[in-house]
Parts: sequence; C-alpha cells; structure tokens
Amino acid sequence: MNLHAIKAIYVFELARTWRTLFQSIAGPVISTSLYFIVFGTAIGGRFASVEGVSYGAFLVPGLVMMSVLTESVSNASFGIYMPRYSGTIYEVLSAPISAFETVIGYVGAAATKSVILGTLILLTARLFVDFSIGHPFWMVAFLVLTSVAFSLLGFILGIWANGWEKLQIVPMLIVTPLAFLGGSFYSIGMLPPFWQKIALFNPIVYLVSGFRWSFYGAADVPVVLSLAMTALLLAICLAVVWWIFRTGYKLKN
Amino acid sequence: MQPIIEIRGLEKTYASGFQALKGIDLDIRRGEILALLGPNGAGKTTLISIVCGIVRATSGSVTVDGHDIVRDWRAARSLIGLVPQELTTEAFESVWATVSFSRGLFGKPSNPALIERILKDLSLWDKKDTKVMALSGGMKRRVLIAKALSHEPSILFLDEPTAGVDVELRRGMWEMIGRLRDSGVTIILTTHYIEEAEEMADSIGVISGGRIILVEEKAALMEKLGKRLLTLQLQNPLNAIPAELADYPLTLSAGGRELVYRFDTQQERTGIAGLLRKLGDHGINYTNLRTEESSLEEIFVSLVRERA
Repeated sequence: MNLHAIKAIYVFELARTWRTLFQSIAGPVISTSLYFIVFGTAIGGRFASVEGVSYGAFLVPGLVMMSVLTESVSNASFGIYMPRYSGTIYEVLSAPISAFETVIGYVGAAATKSVILGTLILLTARLFVDFSIGHPFWMVAFLVLTSVAFSLLGFILGIWANGWEKLQIVPMLIVTPLAFLGGSFYSIGMLPPFWQKIALFNPIVYLVSGFRWSFYGAADVPVVLSLAMTALLLAICLAVVWWIFRTGYKLKN
Repeated sequence: MQPIIEIRGLEKTYASGFQALKGIDLDIRRGEILALLGPNGAGKTTLISIVCGIVRATSGSVTVDGHDIVRDWRAARSLIGLVPQELTTEAFESVWATVSFSRGLFGKPSNPALIERILKDLSLWDKKDTKVMALSGGMKRRVLIAKALSHEPSILFLDEPTAGVDVELRRGMWEMIGRLRDSGVTIILTTHYIEEAEEMADSIGVISGGRIILVEEKAALMEKLGKRLLTLQLQNPLNAIPAELADYPLTLSAGGRELVYRFDTQQERTGIAGLLRKLGDHGINYTNLRTEESSLEEIFVSLVRERA
C-alpha cells in the first residue's frame, strides 16, 4: 500500500478547495441560503407542515442532499478530468500507485469536500430554521455514503468525458433534474399516484428519503430500502471504476 | 554486470492499427547515458512510455533492475523518473507543491531539504512559491525535471529534455545531467539534437520505423561509421572536376577553390596517396590540406537514409 501516494493526491486535491474557496464552498452555501430565503421563508410560510415538520425544516435534508450530490459529481469529475486534460495524468500512471490507491486519493478528497460542504449547509440552515437530528449516526452515515457514491460517479464521468461540455452535461442534465425531482423540495406522497410510481425509479428519491428519515423519522420509502439503494449505487460505481482500471479505458493505450 | 533495463521483443500496435514498435531488443547498462536518436514517429516516445507504465505493450517484456514492469510494476516504477516531452504541468500549483506532490506519489516520505537542493540545483529556488503557469517554457521544463528527480530515481528518462530551451540553459542542463550520471543515475534521453547526443552520451541507439537500427558506444560508432574528409585548397580554382579524377568521390566547394575528398577510415587504403599523385600528374597544385571527421549528425542521417 503506497500510503504516501494516497496522502499526496488527497492533500493536493483538497488544496484546490482552499485555493478556490469561494467557488467550492462559499458558492453552494450562498445558493442554499437563497433557497431558504425564497422557499423556506417567503413561500414556505404559506405552507402547512409536511409530514409533521415545518416546511422550512422539511427542506433542510433535501437541500443538503442536493448540494452534496451535485458538488460530489462536479468536484470528483473535475479532479480527474483536469490532469487528463492537461496531460499531467502521465505522472499518476507512471507512479508506483495502484488503481485502488488512486481512487482513494481522488474520490476521498472529493467526498471529504462534500461532507464539509454538507455540514456547512446544515450550519447555515440553522440560522434560518429550527430543526433537530433524530438519528445523528445515520445522518452522518447517509451523508458520507452518498458523498462517496456520487464522488465515484463523478470520477467515472471525469474519465469518460472527452471535453468540457460532456463534463458539464451530466451534472446539469441528469444529476440536478433527478435531485430536483427526487423529493428535495417535497414529499413524494404529495404527487399524484401515477407520478409517485414514476418517482420510485429515481434513485435519488431513496437517498433524500433516507437522509430525511435520519432527521425527522418520517420517510417516503422504508429506510432499509434507502440504505440498500445507497449501497447498490456504491457497488455499481465501484464495479465501473474497477472495470476502467482493468481495461485502461481512456487512461492507457 | 546485468543491464539495468532489458527489453525483449517489444511490440506495440495502437488501436488505430499503427504499429509503433516492431520488435525492440535493447539492453541499457547501469550508470550510462544512452541517447536514443531517431526521426519523428520512430517510436522513441512509445518505447519510453511502455517502460514507464503509461502505454501497454502488445507483446514482449521489459525488466527494470530485474523487476518485470507488468508483474512487479510497483518495484519497477519506483526506480524510474520520467520527464515527458510535452510541457504538461499543473497550472495553478506552486512549484514547491507540485514537486513535493511527485515525491509523495512515488511513495517517498516528505523531505523538504532534498526538494530545496533539487530546486536550487535547477535554479528554481527563487520561484518555489510561484504558480507553475506563470513560468517560462524553459522553467517549466526544469520543473518537470525537478518532479522526476524528487523521488531519487536510479533511472531517469528524458524525452527531448532541451526542446525549446535556449542555448545557455541547454548547456546548464547538460552539466546537470552529467552530474546525475556521476552520482550513479542511469539516463536515457531522446533527442533530435545530435549535438546533444554527441556531447553527453556514452552510448547511442538509433531507432527508426519502430526498430532499433543499432546500439553502440559512441566512440566506437564514430570510429566505425565515421567518414573523413580531406579538403585541399587549390592554387587555381577549377570549374569542374577533371574527367581523369572521376573515379574518386570528389566534390568542389568554395567556388571551385576547394576540392573535397571523402574517404572511409575503415578501409585499409584510404586512397589519399594515389589521389595526391594524380593531382600532381595533372598539374593541379594545392596550397594547403586538412582532414576532418564526420559528425554524428552525418552518421545518423546516412544511417536512417540507408534503412528507409
């Protein structure tokens, strides 16, 4: 195990966060604050409570999840796409470092960033609404697992993409819409029955639902199912990453 | 002594169908500087990339200090430092951060004193906190060298290290490469500048069309393949070479005031005596004569042309 290499990649990647502090952390925090002001305070004030909590409080887990999903994908994809684009990937490929170690370094850094971001959004949210966390252990577990799973997805995207457009397209056209439709702002139970069924095909529904359960104990789908879905996503991403390194796909000729 | 790098039957066909390497066999001796010469597209970079683990070979084997690069890749790779041909650098990192990163990547614990020494050796110390993108091309090249040296490799690959580097800096780099060799590092460099190979290399390998045409010690190569030139300064300029001298490989230069005779040092008879006698017979007088050896460049050009 080349621990020095894992540490080198991890530290190098996190250093980018500090360098681009505004973009990486401040940006999402500010936009989340805006969501709270608009949806939580201005509009949410007119709503009755959802699943027994105020709409503002109901929003918190969904908004955290949405930022964590999109930022995990974009951070991790950028982290690996950048060296491919600039050519500096040669160094990682020629170093005595295994695929597994490379992934730990890049994905670990991206996931860490997402967990920090999620925590910051929670703290920001606390300034706007009062909420409680019923199952702190599961809250952290969902946050970490989701960050890792979507950072892996981002890593795959960063290897697959062969241009900046493709790098943007997946977060913009797939992750963000699925997160919006995944119950970040509403309970699936509020949808007409037909759309409820359709919504169940959206994996993000399970993640948001599970995460919200860890706060308020209420969920759209059984929490076991949420956990299973998170594990399944993680497993699929790991399998794809394993295949990428196995075949050298887009990394080695 | 066992060669530090042994390459056997190495072949590479890219997905496009282009066959870059057509069966390379090469031994690189410990502690030498090997210059790989070859025209563009000869397979130099592909060869280096395979040894360094960036490109997968189609067939054949490579061992680095006894470690197979596929089965025992971790041990093999940790011995190698690579300076790529393209100036591929992190744009936003500081020089210090990017060089320290390389050391970590190769599994070495951090060693600020060593990094400091490398940066000072490469005249980069005052730029250590500068972002890489703010550096000139020559400085970026040196950053790449610093990165490759950061993990104390015993083998250093330099893929056209002095491309785009000004003359003064090139001298400095040659000196640095010489010092590395003296410290026991084996150095493999590819170059277009024959002058560079002639100046530094212990051995010369010529690669063309995916094949190694020859590998030889530089001195032996120069001797074996070297042609010498005999230049005669004529008293009276000639318009054309007299028909009587047509048997000799002669050319006129300097507007007919010089007669150049090309001869092979390997032949028992150089033919000089005969030529001079014939000149006397035909009343061609000369005021001065000098001989010179052909440069590596001429050897190289003639070799590649011959095999093409």
